[in-house]
Amino acid sequence: MAEPPQRSPHLRRDGAWVGASVPRREDPRLLAGRGRFVDDIVLPGMLHAQFVRSTEAHAEILSVDLSEVRAVPGVVAAYSAADLNLRGVTALLDRPPHEFVPTAMPVLAHDRARYVGEPVAIVVARDPYAVEDGVEAAIVEYAPLQPVVSDTAALAEGAPLVHAEAPRNTLVDVSLFATEGIDAIFDEAHTVVEVHTKTGRQNALPLETRGVVADWDDRDEQLRVQTCSQVPHQVRTVLARCVGLDEKQVRVIVPDMGGGFGQKCVVGREEIAAAAAALRLRRPVKWIEDRRDALTAAFLAREQRYAVRAAFSAEGEILALDADVVCDMGAYSCYPFTAGIEPLMASAEMPGVYKIPAYRVRGRAVTTNKAPTAPYRGVSRPQYVMVVERVFEKAARALGLDAVELRRRNVITVFPYKGVNDITYDPGSYLESLDLCEQTLRDEGWFSRRSDENRVIGIGFSCFSERTGYGSGAFAQRRMEVVPGFDISEIRMDLNGTVSVTTGTLSHGQSHETTMAQIVADRLGIPYDRVKIVQGDTDRITYGWGSFASRSITIGGSAVAAASVKLGDQLREIAAHLLEADVDSAELDGAGGVRVGDRSLSFAEIADVAYLKAHLLPKGVGPGLSATASFDVGGDGTFSNATHGVVVELDPGTGGIEILRYVCVEDCGVAIHPQVVEGQARGGIAQGIAGALFEQVTYDDAGQPLAPSFMEYKVPTAAEIPDVRIEHLETPCAFTESGAKGAGEGGTIGAPAAVLNAVNDALRHTGVELDDTPVPREAIFRALEKA
Amino acid sequence: MIQLIELTVNGERHDLAIEPRRTLVDVLRHDLGLTGTHVGCEHGICGACTVLVDGAPARACLLFAAQVEGAEIRTVESLAEPDGTLNDLQRCFSEHHGLQCGFCTPGMLMLAEGYLAEEPEATKEEIREVVASNLCRCTGYQTIVEAIDDCASRRRAAFQDQLDRSTA
Repeated sequence: MAEPPQRSPHLRRDGAWVGASVPRREDPRLLAGRGRFVDDIVLPGMLHAQFVRSTEAHAEILSVDLSEVRAVPGVVAAYSAADLNLRGVTALLDRPPHEFVPTAMPVLAHDRARYVGEPVAIVVARDPYAVEDGVEAAIVEYAPLQPVVSDTAALAEGAPLVHAEAPRNTLVDVSLFATEGIDAIFDEAHTVVEVHTKTGRQNALPLETRGVVADWDDRDEQLRVQTCSQVPHQVRTVLARCVGLDEKQVRVIVPDMGGGFGQKCVVGREEIAAAAAALRLRRPVKWIEDRRDALTAAFLAREQRYAVRAAFSAEGEILALDADVVCDMGAYSCYPFTAGIEPLMASAEMPGVYKIPAYRVRGRAVTTNKAPTAPYRGVSRPQYVMVVERVFEKAARALGLDAVELRRRNVITVFPYKGVNDITYDPGSYLESLDLCEQTLRDEGWFSRRSDENRVIGIGFSCFSERTGYGSGAFAQRRMEVVPGFDISEIRMDLNGTVSVTTGTLSHGQSHETTMAQIVADRLGIPYDRVKIVQGDTDRITYGWGSFASRSITIGGSAVAAASVKLGDQLREIAAHLLEADVDSAELDGAGGVRVGDRSLSFAEIADVAYLKAHLLPKGVGPGLSATASFDVGGDGTFSNATHGVVVELDPGTGGIEILRYVCVEDCGVAIHPQVVEGQARGGIAQGIAGALFEQVTYDDAGQPLAPSFMEYKVPTAAEIPDVRIEHLETPCAFTESGAKGAGEGGTIGAPAAVLNAVNDALRHTGVELDDTPVPREAIFRALEKA
Repeated sequence: MIQLIELTVNGERHDLAIEPRRTLVDVLRHDLGLTGTHVGCEHGICGACTVLVDGAPARACLLFAAQVEGAEIRTVESLAEPDGTLNDLQRCFSEHHGLQCGFCTPGMLMLAEGYLAEEPEATKEEIREVVASNLCRCTGYQTIVEAIDDCASRRRAAFQDQLDRSTA
């Protein structure tokens, strides 16, 4: 049994476990190679599936001939859309037609192919090698159409339509806020700055590609689907609908998962097709996405274009922000979020940490002949934070002020703060994080190194907050047809006094088996290794929303805490009765028992009565020890915040960028496990740097993907990603059960802005400013060459 | 076509009848059930499939099983004691939080195990360069480098300690 750890002194917490970086419960199996990932699952008689995928970006499908496929040795079956006849997937927003156009994503393409890599047919064979041979033998006849390969082409007059029902290739078009008098503010302002930015298309790139093992179980009368998904219940709902089963006839189980980062928080068509094949064949079918498909045909993200103006007073007060955002969402709306995910996030949240009195935004999602998009860690926030932080850097130059000082004059300091975007911000440490981050870089001597004339060094910052723990109310503002938000937990104590607790969230690297156990341990006064977290099984867990949007600890963590408290009350009631005392005098003793005065009963002793001697229970108390609780975040959610500071050095010989120093001052409220929080920040920062400097999904004019392998899609390694110094601030959340705020996405959100600002600071003597990502090295080379 | 090959993995000999095109990683995972070795890209970049071939780190996705007949193959399953007790490198990964989702971890462990055996005096910067052979999407690499560096330091200290005692 684990001993309560020593606590670091600066963190507020109410028990021994929360706040301690205890050994992770997940580690032993993962380190020993004894984890169980989807591709590790082998079932008797299991078959292997792959997909015939469109070779055209935009085409009519004239015919799909699979007869040769079926003749390939080892191939068991091959199905086109016509063979399987599955219902398509349609994600909806409750918005009028001029704001949102619903489009269906077929499970397999039938009349029309809309991107290279779109699944057209599924082939099933006895082994993974034979299935590849089978896919090669398919004959699909296409009548190519002109492809739409950029947002500007999509919006051009007379552009071909990706979906006939969506004029101007526009799926979402919202104009929001439009503060009265905003035009006059711009007309009269001392200084107006503009930022025009294009950000590159990126792949969330979990190292484990997507995959599924599906089989029909005659004994359970269930289609059992083991899949790496962040949202198992949503997979169940959509799959049941597509194949025509009741929800109870589908069981979705998530084994260990090799990362998701959002790519796995939407329902994929391949997992539905593979499950449908298993259902038809009554044999287990496995599909494991290969890397080429993962790079070209999986859900992508982040390709956005911003045109933004901001008005400032002579004293450096921001007066107004006017933004136009166009997001290239690719060929289809993802379920359940829709193509609105990126433009709606950007539009609602862009004012961020600043006191901006006037705001107007137009957000659009356009559809193109590229692989579709899904939420990716941070969702739009890495982009709009970058844009807003560029606004402040440009305004500082225009006003002749220091950029950090300019931010200091404008960040929100009095909470709760009701923003121009109708969002109420709960307390954070915006100013404090900014000050500490700047001071840290100053103390380390980077500002003096910056002025070394023999080197090209720049320093950049980003100051931002992120809404975490979107509750049902906050998601309802998006007007999604299905509204995520709450979480439900069930806790059960067994005879030994150990507990198992369910969560509707889904850990895949975030360490919830450890951190949620810490939360429960403190509530019940037992060691965290006597708490078992149960997740990722739709038969064992009440409908949940999975893990995304930094919701797990804020909402799921609060639900496990609430269930624990209820169980604690039950234990107290029984103990008080057994000790013939008043229930109000009974308290949990923090050592696995209930105390009344100087007498106490262990949980095991109480459980012994609850299960084996139920006749001794108090009147009205049923046998067994279990409780259920739910949690939702009321109001507008809770905001984590951070400031990132980056020092870069540019190489005039190559245009290369080296990150010399990275400092992150973060505040996610009470950190349940500081080491895990730091891990989330560092990993997030690496992905943010990847987007700012390295990774981009590109296509040629015909819509053919140009980065189908890791030779072209440059994922940064340990040679490119710097060490990160992390400092913690702690502004506890008032309405989550542990005072925690979300910590999963902040790193990714802050990095592109800070890196881009640092690059531009290093270019300050050249007159060149770069606002697009990934930053082109050639532009740096040319700027330095001229200077 | 089916070929008979003999493979030695983690000290155990296996006789296999396989297609010549079958990769080492597929044989390890699907024929021998050693699923600790993962497949991340199948084109030799990500390193999730890294195993030791005669002590040297190698990409198991780029090797045919038939190519390594007669070699000593070691996978992640060989690191811990049979009772599950983790070795020093594995413990360092856990202490430094050098893993999150755990998918790249077996490859990182075998890379480090092979490298430290060859270069026990490796500096932290040299370790960083070697870690750059493999991809991790979760950690940002810092804690992986720190874990391997810490393990190397402890091994050196233990070796020095042994030397001191034998000369005392």
